[in-house]
Amino acid sequence: MQGGRRSRAFWPLAAFFALFVAFLYGPTVTIVVLSFQGPEGGLTFPMRGFSTRWFANLFETQMVGDFGGSFLRSLMLGAIVTVVTVVVSFMAGLAFRRRFPGSTALFYLAVASLIVPSVLISLGIGLMFRLIGVDPAWWSSGLGAHLTWTLPFGLLIMFAVFNRFSPAYEEAARDLGATLWQTIRHVVVPILLPSLIGVGLFGFTLSYDEFARSLYTAGTFNTLPLEIYGMTTNVTTPVLYALGTVTTAVSFVVIGLAIGGVVLLQRRRGGG
Amino acid sequence: MRGRVAALALASPLALILLAFLLVPIGTIVVVSFFDYDSVRMFPAFVWTNYEELLLSPITWKTYLLTLWFAAVTWAICLAIGFIVAYFLAFHVHSALMQTVLFLICTIPFWTSNVIRMISWIPFLGRNGILNSALLSMGAIDQPLEFLLFSDFAVVLAYVHLYALFMVVPIFNSMVRIDRSLVEAARDAGASEWQVLRNVIIPLARPGIAIGSILVVAVVMGDFVTVRLMSGGQSASVGLMMVNAMSLLQYPAAAANAVVLLVVVLLMIAAMLRVVDIRKEL
Repeated sequence: MQGGRRSRAFWPLAAFFALFVAFLYGPTVTIVVLSFQGPEGGLTFPMRGFSTRWFANLFETQMVGDFGGSFLRSLMLGAIVTVVTVVVSFMAGLAFRRRFPGSTALFYLAVASLIVPSVLISLGIGLMFRLIGVDPAWWSSGLGAHLTWTLPFGLLIMFAVFNRFSPAYEEAARDLGATLWQTIRHVVVPILLPSLIGVGLFGFTLSYDEFARSLYTAGTFNTLPLEIYGMTTNVTTPVLYALGTVTTAVSFVVIGLAIGGVVLLQRRRGGG
Repeated sequence: MRGRVAALALASPLALILLAFLLVPIGTIVVVSFFDYDSVRMFPAFVWTNYEELLLSPITWKTYLLTLWFAAVTWAICLAIGFIVAYFLAFHVHSALMQTVLFLICTIPFWTSNVIRMISWIPFLGRNGILNSALLSMGAIDQPLEFLLFSDFAVVLAYVHLYALFMVVPIFNSMVRIDRSLVEAARDAGASEWQVLRNVIIPLARPGIAIGSILVVAVVMGDFVTVRLMSGGQSASVGLMMVNAMSLLQYPAAAANAVVLLVVVLLMIAAMLRVVDIRKEL
């Protein structure tokens, strides 16, 4: 296998992989193209001209509900979720390096949080707020619901990261007289920064796109996925695709920033 | 001793959040499932009627069977795709950089909106969609196929599209950790490529397969968005049943259904966990 010799299975497998990638991206590419549909155009091909009117439509509130507001709420919620996810997962990752009372239970609780169907968590939090007589809102119940989804991911990533992290760095720092806080601030965090960016990426994108967990927890004001879902039932113009294009573009920008940041960090490190 | 206290303190935010937004809500569902209700509100009580009505209705059983069927079909297809893709990435792409890049290409769609990814099938599968037009112009069919969009077919297609990645990642993760010298040894001992796959790689990739299976099954069992959007309201799932009960303000009925669903999902996962110890896999 070494030395560039390819096995007979290589090309069929490569072809399968290419088909899989086409399957993953094909539909998204299609709606991006169709979102530039001309004013007369419909939800399918052919393209009848080319225009950006569907994007303009998006920002006229009366046309498609509250796009701007829901977009803003989703961005803010995503940002809060990102910060909380990174900080809490990092702390928990540090904690899980040793056994502590309840560590096994907490681990299984986190895994359960990943496996319990989203709609159940949404329903449960919605009912809980109803019973205690508090109105759900995106920044309270919504935030909590999203965290039950992002924190387990963050924790699992931190597990993988700390498994490969040598305690020698911390011991060295301590031997040189650093306090616990200084060790974390000047040694552990800088070394783990790329992974923390990864955790943040998960936190933001999972929250920004979350539908089921927002359903009964977002309260009076919709987050973006709820808004989009509402549109699918009553909008039959390419505005829907324009919205899809904008949302996906935001995701790509965030992913690009995160990956770019990691690559940059690694390059700087490689350069010494 | 000091270390244990510090660890407890560091873990407490996670514990508190999961307590408040996972355990207590599930407890609430269990409590509410015994409540009584009329057409406008629910009241605290301890009645079994919600469970009786649920379990005695043939619709419930049909819906559970349909959901299980969706989960089984999606699982089988995702497993096949996930295994082949992971095997290709782990054993046939030799440059580490290329491996990372291709892996990222597979992962990126996971970070974009599911609802949008479902919508994006409309131009493909619709009555005047790309697939129908292509088949018509090739002469393979003389009338547009109606079953493409808004059907069980579309639902499964969307599931596979959304969740195949849940299978690729854990299987890939297991495969890259397989010691290459084991594969070499098998080859030196005269094993064919196929025998290596069957007797070395598949057994060692089992934990990844199990984790992927758990994720896919859990997510399909609890789904309602995909079923509603992709079947155009013509199919059903347990999750959708719950959401419909909620929209009729029948909270206790939805809660009872949620408890049953949770038990079913946990039993399925417990069965799958017999194959693998997750904690060892991290």
